[in-house]
Amino acid sequence: MGLLSKKDTSLILDPLADNNPITIQVLGICSALAITAELKASVVMAISVMFVLGAGNVVISLMRNIIPSKIRIIVQLIVVATLVIIVDQVLKAFAYELSKTLAVFVGLIITNCIIMGRFEAFALANGPWRSFLDGIGNSLGYGVILIIVGFFRELLGSGTLFGIPVLGDPIAKTGLYATGYENNGFMIIPPAALIVVGIIIWVQRSRNPALVEEN
Amino acid sequence: MHDLKMKYKGKKMAPAINAFHTFLYTPDETTHSGSHVRAADDLKRTMNTVIMALVPVLLFSMFNAGYQHFSAINGFPEDFSVMEHFLTWDNFWIGIVKVLPLLAVSYGVGLLVEFIFAVIKGHEVEEGYLVTGILVPLIVPIDTPLWMLAVAVVFGVVIGKEVFGGTGMNILNPALTIRAFLFFAYPTWMSGDKVWVHGARERSEEILAGATNVDAFSGETILGFLAQNKGAEMSYTVSDMFFGFIPGSVGETPTLLILLGGLFLIFSKIASWRIMLSAVLGSLFMGLVFNQVVELGWITETSKFYGLMNFDFWKHLLVGGLAFGIVYMATDPVTGAQTNRGKWFYGFFIGFLSVMIRVFNPAYPEGVFLAILLMNVFAPTIDHYVVRSNIKRRLKRLENAVIIPKDTDGKTAELQAETV
Repeated sequence: MGLLSKKDTSLILDPLADNNPITIQVLGICSALAITAELKASVVMAISVMFVLGAGNVVISLMRNIIPSKIRIIVQLIVVATLVIIVDQVLKAFAYELSKTLAVFVGLIITNCIIMGRFEAFALANGPWRSFLDGIGNSLGYGVILIIVGFFRELLGSGTLFGIPVLGDPIAKTGLYATGYENNGFMIIPPAALIVVGIIIWVQRSRNPALVEEN
Repeated sequence: MHDLKMKYKGKKMAPAINAFHTFLYTPDETTHSGSHVRAADDLKRTMNTVIMALVPVLLFSMFNAGYQHFSAINGFPEDFSVMEHFLTWDNFWIGIVKVLPLLAVSYGVGLLVEFIFAVIKGHEVEEGYLVTGILVPLIVPIDTPLWMLAVAVVFGVVIGKEVFGGTGMNILNPALTIRAFLFFAYPTWMSGDKVWVHGARERSEEILAGATNVDAFSGETILGFLAQNKGAEMSYTVSDMFFGFIPGSVGETPTLLILLGGLFLIFSKIASWRIMLSAVLGSLFMGLVFNQVVELGWITETSKFYGLMNFDFWKHLLVGGLAFGIVYMATDPVTGAQTNRGKWFYGFFIGFLSVMIRVFNPAYPEGVFLAILLMNVFAPTIDHYVVRSNIKRRLKRLENAVIIPKDTDGKTAELQAETV
């Protein structure tokens, strides 16, 4: 038996596609809309959530037998808040510009439904190792969507990737801009993220009809 | 064509072939089962009627494109005569060169998307795009690059219509979705004072690049002038506004022709007169309120809203896209309110909000498309409450009603006698 049993592998891989927290469970939409105008912010957000969810799941899982169920939400909140403050301080210390871009949304990781959802649904009922894998898997699924959305929004909206111009210079009219191409200002505004996420959901469901709900 | 239709029956490309067939011929099939209303006006005829109402506007806009272009270069003619200065070949040629490509791209791309979706989903191509396709070039600025229009049309048809299930299922008016996409995606091409007259933008770029042999000219719209409190610099008369000899989006200016088109649509019972009338009332009401605010001296001349608030309330209908929006966009039977009382609310708020957005947000002098899109979203809610209130009213009537038992055969009378 390797490091990961088959069940463990599915804990990581399932949330990437068929049980994706954003496109299937439709959780964590708020941050996916707000910070995906730039790819860099998307990646940092994905890593932050991965840290918070991975570590949080382990902590909650270790404490699961001593938390009185009546106050478990408060305990969970304290754990998330602690981890989020760590992330926030690290970002402020080492990537100040970026933390300004992310602004309040790092703090709002606390309210990200994915995190409370995984605590409630998984960590309270499973051991630390599997909870850790579940946390990593779900945050990967979240991060993948964030990065896809961020990629398209930054490429089409600003013509850059990670802040590096890839389509030429829009002011000096070089590269693609010489042909009359212009950046699409619509992609910068948050509603565009909703539409991009919608298109991802559309593509995913038409490739896998099993995901379509009956109604 | 008939042979082709039979040949491709049941094959993948069938919807596309069928679409061409119905476009060229009257369909030879009718519904075979169930009861249905038998009338001559199918979707195709409805759409064609709207297009007929739009053709005069389109023709006018082609002349106006040239007229605005040459007037901006040479100055407006002193003694304006329609035959001499407006209906000229030079003007028309600009129209052919600038407006027809917009129309062609709009139809070409839009119908292509419709065909692709019809083939993938295996349903018939619907005629819904025929009207959208002619509306789109009329509501964009004349120098809109064609590729932008193409991108916007793909977006509008796919996201605005097909994802909801195609013609008849859409929540938002596709033409306005396209306009809104263009507006938010490429704001520099959609607003400002350089986009409304053909050539203005090129000129300003040449001058920026150092050309000295040309004069800059701008084609600021009337609303643009007013939003900057420069109403006094405008040289347009009320009749210019009414007949449409003013800069603006391609086809939004000729209020007279739009009015005639609207009357035509009302008398052919295609469009709802309730929506049109209530929208006009709504915008007049809002305009009056603003005029009153100025009259009472609540704002001063230095206020940034002064220009637009002081604008006579009835003139709001003559400038910008308000008239065009009310007649051709608000009355879209799919996205508008369905109930008669709902139509009054729906229309009123379109007029009301259009003028309000126009005045309060100088960044969106053209509030009409936003107002209509917003009310599109609320139309089902309005209908819901109208239906609910109707049910309530009738229930009350039932409660208060004295139900007199029918005594046709004397049996009920007997029964009553027994119980008493």
